[in-house]
Amino acid sequence: MSALPPVFRDWFAARGWQVHPHQQAMLDRAGEPALLLVAPTGGGKTLAGFLPSLAELASGTHCGLHTLYVSPLKALAADIRRNLARPVAEMGLSVRIEDRTGDTSPALRRRQRADPPHVLLTTPESLALMLSYAEAPRIFAGLRRVIVDEIHALAESRRGDQLMLLLARLQRLCPGLRRVGLSATVEDPAAIARFLAPHPAPCAILAADPGPDPDIAMLHTDAPPPWAGGGGRHAIPAILDQVRRHRVTLIFHNTRAQAELFFRDLWLANAEGLPIAIHHGSLAREQRQRVEAAMAEGRLRAVVCTGSLDLGIDWGDVDLVVQVGAPKNVKRLVQRIGRANHRYNAPSKALLVPANRWEIVECQAALQAVRDHDLDGEPRGPGPRDVLCQHILIAAAAGPFDADALFAEVTGAGPYAGLARGDFDACLEFCATGGYALRAYDRWQRIVRRDGLWQLRDPRTARTIRMNLGTITAAETVKVRLRGRAGAPLGEIEEDFAATLSPGDTFLIGGEVVRYESLREMTVEVSRAAGRDPKIAVFSGTKFATSTRLADRILAMLDQDDWPDLPDHSRRWLELQRAVSRLPRPDRLLIESFRAEGREHVCVYGFAGRNAQQTLGLLLTRRMEEAGLHPLGFVATDHATLVWGLDPVLDPAPLVARRALREGLDRWLEGNAVMKRTFRNVAIIAGLVERNAAGARKTGRQATFSTDILYDTLRRHDPGHVLLQITREEAMRGLVDFGRIEAMLDRTGERIDFLRLGQVSPLAAPLMLEHGRVPVEGAGRERLVAETAERLMRAAGLA
Amino acid sequence: MNAVSLTLSGIRLEAQASGALWWADRRLLAVSDLHLGRSGRQARLGGALLPPYDSAETLDRLAAAIDALRPAVVVCTGDSFDDDAAAGADDPALDGLVRLIAGRQWIWIAGNHDPAPVTIGGEWRRELRLGPLTFRHRADPAAKGEVSGHLHPKVTIAGRSHRCFLADGRRIVLPAFGAYTGGLACRDGAIASLMDPGAVAILTGRRALAVPLPGQSSPRAATAST
Repeated sequence: MSALPPVFRDWFAARGWQVHPHQQAMLDRAGEPALLLVAPTGGGKTLAGFLPSLAELASGTHCGLHTLYVSPLKALAADIRRNLARPVAEMGLSVRIEDRTGDTSPALRRRQRADPPHVLLTTPESLALMLSYAEAPRIFAGLRRVIVDEIHALAESRRGDQLMLLLARLQRLCPGLRRVGLSATVEDPAAIARFLAPHPAPCAILAADPGPDPDIAMLHTDAPPPWAGGGGRHAIPAILDQVRRHRVTLIFHNTRAQAELFFRDLWLANAEGLPIAIHHGSLAREQRQRVEAAMAEGRLRAVVCTGSLDLGIDWGDVDLVVQVGAPKNVKRLVQRIGRANHRYNAPSKALLVPANRWEIVECQAALQAVRDHDLDGEPRGPGPRDVLCQHILIAAAAGPFDADALFAEVTGAGPYAGLARGDFDACLEFCATGGYALRAYDRWQRIVRRDGLWQLRDPRTARTIRMNLGTITAAETVKVRLRGRAGAPLGEIEEDFAATLSPGDTFLIGGEVVRYESLREMTVEVSRAAGRDPKIAVFSGTKFATSTRLADRILAMLDQDDWPDLPDHSRRWLELQRAVSRLPRPDRLLIESFRAEGREHVCVYGFAGRNAQQTLGLLLTRRMEEAGLHPLGFVATDHATLVWGLDPVLDPAPLVARRALREGLDRWLEGNAVMKRTFRNVAIIAGLVERNAAGARKTGRQATFSTDILYDTLRRHDPGHVLLQITREEAMRGLVDFGRIEAMLDRTGERIDFLRLGQVSPLAAPLMLEHGRVPVEGAGRERLVAETAERLMRAAGLA
Repeated sequence: MNAVSLTLSGIRLEAQASGALWWADRRLLAVSDLHLGRSGRQARLGGALLPPYDSAETLDRLAAAIDALRPAVVVCTGDSFDDDAAAGADDPALDGLVRLIAGRQWIWIAGNHDPAPVTIGGEWRRELRLGPLTFRHRADPAAKGEVSGHLHPKVTIAGRSHRCFLADGRRIVLPAFGAYTGGLACRDGAIASLMDPGAVAILTGRRALAVPLPGQSSPRAATAST
């Protein structure tokens, strides 16, 4: 099947196009059971993935589903459908291509179950849903190929783990199934190949020509960036100028809230009314689709966006990518840069816009890393077991199963290849009883064994399982809609944010200021409030930690004698730090202690990334509490942790000793909010609590509330519960990230640079302005409450 | 002792850090809004599914308060059970309640959640008069010498929200004693209009602490001494 059918050759020739070598190689090797294509963004990767399918379908003899395409984004599925429609129509192929995502109408979904198209484009969650139906073997009969797009992104998340379990299931339904993975440039292709391979079979890797190096620089602005915070609004005039000078600009932000604020201010400054839109995951589907359509039709000059546009939507005319805020991760930056200029042989053009002083340093380090082709990545452990619990429930929803057969199937998935039978059985037990502490409650007894086969105890449970599919556990959100009978949907905001609003408050969504009117049945009703200053929308995208590789580069850069590449204001800032205190060094741990704003402060420059610095803050404050230093709170960034309290730290060495931190971690892990938040996600994925109770009568706040209580309950009555084990594993590598604290200690050894200063140091000053301060509950807080109470009583003449 | 002393209609009382009110002369302990069986009720209504350990926790704390003071009389000023069904529910945690009731006078006052007599033991009353004091669930704005519950008052001090007692010269409002109950901020109009100027809030938790009631102006008579 290596030869391109004539109709394809003619079609390429008519456009003066040539088949790329890697596209030809994909055709040549179409028979491989598993094949991973690594190609830069814009390398015609998607077509390379589909060419073998189209070639096989060109004969018109295949009946039913032939190729399943899975992408992490709904928008991507829709985009691919549009992009494939043209060549298929122009070549006169009778190939039916349809997408099926959460946005697909129920009527179409039903039809697809009865009469699947030749090529079905979907997401992991929709695939999970399809496989949960008893007729799954019929839907997928005849399936030959599965294409996993953007597999590098999926391989970093539970969604990918779930997808690999689903592929293992498909593989059993369709033994001859061939797998293709399409990946952007990554640091470790072999790891992704292992992830994709139908274990124990291998997966071949095909690497495309990486293309020319990108044209990338830092955007220099007249106004220096602010000391702290994000958003990059100081750079709006310079960015508008760039938009004017390019055909289409993508302006990436790290969080949705920043994108919203930036977008609004961009429009205030957009005097000539350049067509600029906004696109992020919190916006209503209709809004996003409007933007995507306008982009496809070439009606936009710029889009302000977040990670929702990270992945390969092909918007051919983009010729500039602007990254606002530090990229945190060089690999992601390179992939974003690839969005500009989808001409294979032309360099992509990108500008970095640091949002604050620290980010200037980080952006400079990232630029060097891009030039050095130094990609970063943190290896992931084995597939998490909460996803496995959900998979067991999906299997049960589809029909009775044999435990041995399911175990064999599951271990065929790359991430679960090393799964121990005992761990599998524990997950099975959890699905059957809810675990020891919950075994008395029949609502957690989802499956039972009858005649040697496991099946749903109550077939009606299948509906609940289907409604709770998927591994995405974003913060709970509520819908936002304009007031009125058929008010237009605007998007979603986080429930915690909605709870802080009172009637009359204003916030930003979709770039417009709206006034909160009421909350009705999980929908926030708003009216337009043009021109008012908004209360800030706090709904956030994922917060990424600066990667280890990038942090190491930053440390190496700070260790330089001079910084000729940095702007003057940043050089002066670093020079002042060197004069007033010291600069952090790669092999030493810098700790400063000083009094400011009426509180004692201690600042630890660990460069361990946001999550680990956060954990360090929790452990340090705990140690300080034990040492009677009355800590009151802390704030963590990617580079440092700042703790404040009532008493000064004069000897930090015992606070940051490895053994003390490890012991503190063990005791602390049990009762803290990070664990509870992690547990909540695990509990939702494993099916312990429902994300969508029937009729949506349960709010997310209640879900949070009840998972907190479940967590405490299990901890007290069943500390060995499988979900607690999973929570601990997850927290250690996710939000707790203790591994990076260990790495920091390995790097710095016992070498501590401790300075007691008479003032705030230049590096610590921005931290004093950071958001996200975490209060500490303890003796210090109690003393403060008692003092406050006494002062108030005295002032009121009551004491 | 971890409590704040109060005087109401000439009676000396103590607002305990536990959230219970102690009348030492009569060895009487008053608590309010236990909301036992809340998780069970929510499950029956198809709402959030809480495990049934909330009752156990509430009762653990009640047992600790009772062990510390050994009262002869316990008065629960309403909403002791989240609904009438909860009082009959076979929640094993409620066995613990029976042990607490045994050997002392126990008075359940009707609340809006539990208007009917309970079957679990103890006496059932709409309200209770003892000397110059009246115990009832919902405060009567015209009353004097009244101890009530119902409002679940909370006050924010130094950035923290605490359950609290409310006290002025005419009444004391008890904090909710139940484990998972919500609360009403002291700035709320329902509280502001009920309490006299000069009223205090008494924080509960690890320590009992008196603070002026937020949102009240022109302090006059002091009713509390710490």
